[in-house]
Amino acid sequence: MSPASESQSAPPDPSRPALLSVRNVAKAFGRNTVLRNVSLEIAEGEFLTILGESGSGKTTLLRIIAGFESATSGELWMGAERLDHQPPYRRRVNTVFQSYALFPHLTVEENIGYGLRIARRPAAEIAQRVSDALDKVKMSAHAKAKPSKISGGQQQRVALARALVNRPRLLLLDEPLSALDANLRRQMQVELKSLQREVGITFVFVTHDQEEAMVMSDRIALLRSGELEQVASPREIYSRPATSYVAQFVGHTNLLKGQAQAGIVRCASLTWPASLPNGPVLFSLRPEHVRLAGKDKATGIVRTRGRVLNQAFHGATELIRVECADGLVLIARIPSGTGSHNEVELEFSPADAALIRDSPERD
Amino acid sequence: MEFLLSTDPANVPRWLMLHAIAVFSFLYLPIAVLILYSFNGQGVGGFPPHHLTLNWYRILFADGPIWDSVLNSLQVAFAAMAISLIFGVPAALALDRAHFPGKAFFRRLVLLPLILPGIITGLSLLMLFNITGTKLSLITIMLGHGTALISVATTEVFAGLQKLDRAQEEASLDLGANYWQTFWRITVPNLKLSIIGAALLIFTLSMDEIAVSFFLIGRDNTLPLEIWGRLRRGITPEINAVSTIIFAFSLITIVLWYSLRRRSALGTDVGMELVESSNRDAN
Repeated sequence: MSPASESQSAPPDPSRPALLSVRNVAKAFGRNTVLRNVSLEIAEGEFLTILGESGSGKTTLLRIIAGFESATSGELWMGAERLDHQPPYRRRVNTVFQSYALFPHLTVEENIGYGLRIARRPAAEIAQRVSDALDKVKMSAHAKAKPSKISGGQQQRVALARALVNRPRLLLLDEPLSALDANLRRQMQVELKSLQREVGITFVFVTHDQEEAMVMSDRIALLRSGELEQVASPREIYSRPATSYVAQFVGHTNLLKGQAQAGIVRCASLTWPASLPNGPVLFSLRPEHVRLAGKDKATGIVRTRGRVLNQAFHGATELIRVECADGLVLIARIPSGTGSHNEVELEFSPADAALIRDSPERD
Repeated sequence: MEFLLSTDPANVPRWLMLHAIAVFSFLYLPIAVLILYSFNGQGVGGFPPHHLTLNWYRILFADGPIWDSVLNSLQVAFAAMAISLIFGVPAALALDRAHFPGKAFFRRLVLLPLILPGIITGLSLLMLFNITGTKLSLITIMLGHGTALISVATTEVFAGLQKLDRAQEEASLDLGANYWQTFWRITVPNLKLSIIGAALLIFTLSMDEIAVSFFLIGRDNTLPLEIWGRLRRGITPEINAVSTIIFAFSLITIVLWYSLRRRSALGTDVGMELVESSNRDAN
């Protein structure tokens, strides 16, 4: 049983019916297990991001949903229809590939119309829908161009139009922004998100970029070594990470390891009251919740002094690493312009320290 | 031996240049002489040639048996092209996509006819036709060329397949095309250059093939065998003329094949892909 099994079964928004359910999917290539026991409900119209490091199995999961790989065990259901027995060309699922995979021998227009021609739609309808799709991705001017003659960002739009023009029930996107430069990438994140709202199609987006996942998603499914660590909204993942892995993967954090005993938590030199059962505890404390101590000490605030190890400028804020007593190192996000520090006093509110489970080491 | 590593042409010794000229002369002078003498009024004798004439070409064009043999050779070449592509393309697909026991062995086996001397191929086919009691004719030559050249079709098309982005085929399936539609609409157009290139190469190789044909010949001669037969009765300038035409024709086809290959692959050696990937397989 996975340590994250509770968060796996976290129900999606009950007002949205499930479009796709992934049930106990596992995948092994020979002796190499890539996915174990993945269960996930994807709601109609939602933007779900599968987030994970390279090798976490996120692309494999996407390819199983698309039908390019078959699961070793488990089932896929789209409503009342068993999906995993269908070949890719019978699934109402379309994919935007990481390499875009445009057909080099066809023009932009022919690429977009490919699915409709295969489906033998009437010529007039194909022309209309292709032209609408070209409009939507602002590529009408390049309709007659071959894919090799347009830029990477434009190829990406064409790949998107080629998938969306078929009005799939589910659109899969395999790291579609990873080949773009930073500026274009941010712009496309916003465009993709608003496009998704506009067309109302369910998006399943795969990425290794936690920031991208945060910006775009309704929910994030975080994969680690083939198992789901947590499935939740970006806010919840950030503020209430289920495990130490999630806390560290999404943003910066301080992991505080300690003991709870008789209503008191003790982490290195820090103590605060908490009603927890006796035993080892682990907290995630975001750097922005650690402040430079003010003059007045409010009740229930934890304070500690320490030596600044380094101070890094991040624009509006600075990150300082502070070595406190008993080898405890805290990272704090402080406003810029407070000068450079040698010795500081830090404080935080215990309410901001989120109790998390320790992620066991995995291969 | 520093000059061997030098990139400055001024450092290359003179004798190396002369050596290069000698090698190229050795390779191409005979062909140049052959072409020159096809225009020589005094036939094959006499040096230097004078009285340039097109007479030998006139005689050649009036020569019935030569043209019959050209026609035979063309038939053989087209049939060889068809046979080797029909068998070679699926073999390349199998090597690229399918997983089956003994695949590495099959890879090497397909390459074998490229290495095998034509005499062995010819002789073994002759024995086969003897056993089955097949009468030797143009058809046996077609079968001979077809089988001997399957490896060319396979290696060429395999090289093309290795360069094909598989995501394109997945994209096609994803967009609703079944496997058959995907093959014809995506895979084949992407392999077009490789297939045409293979066809041109097979055509050229078949047109001047002599070893296999020699064993399998029936009553009808192919062009190389017709020339061979006439040479035994002495060299005539007419032979020079027909050789010149064959040379020009082969040159055009090879240049065409090479430029197609450059366009599709940016220059890889025939068979290298296959050899490399069979090594990968073995590891």
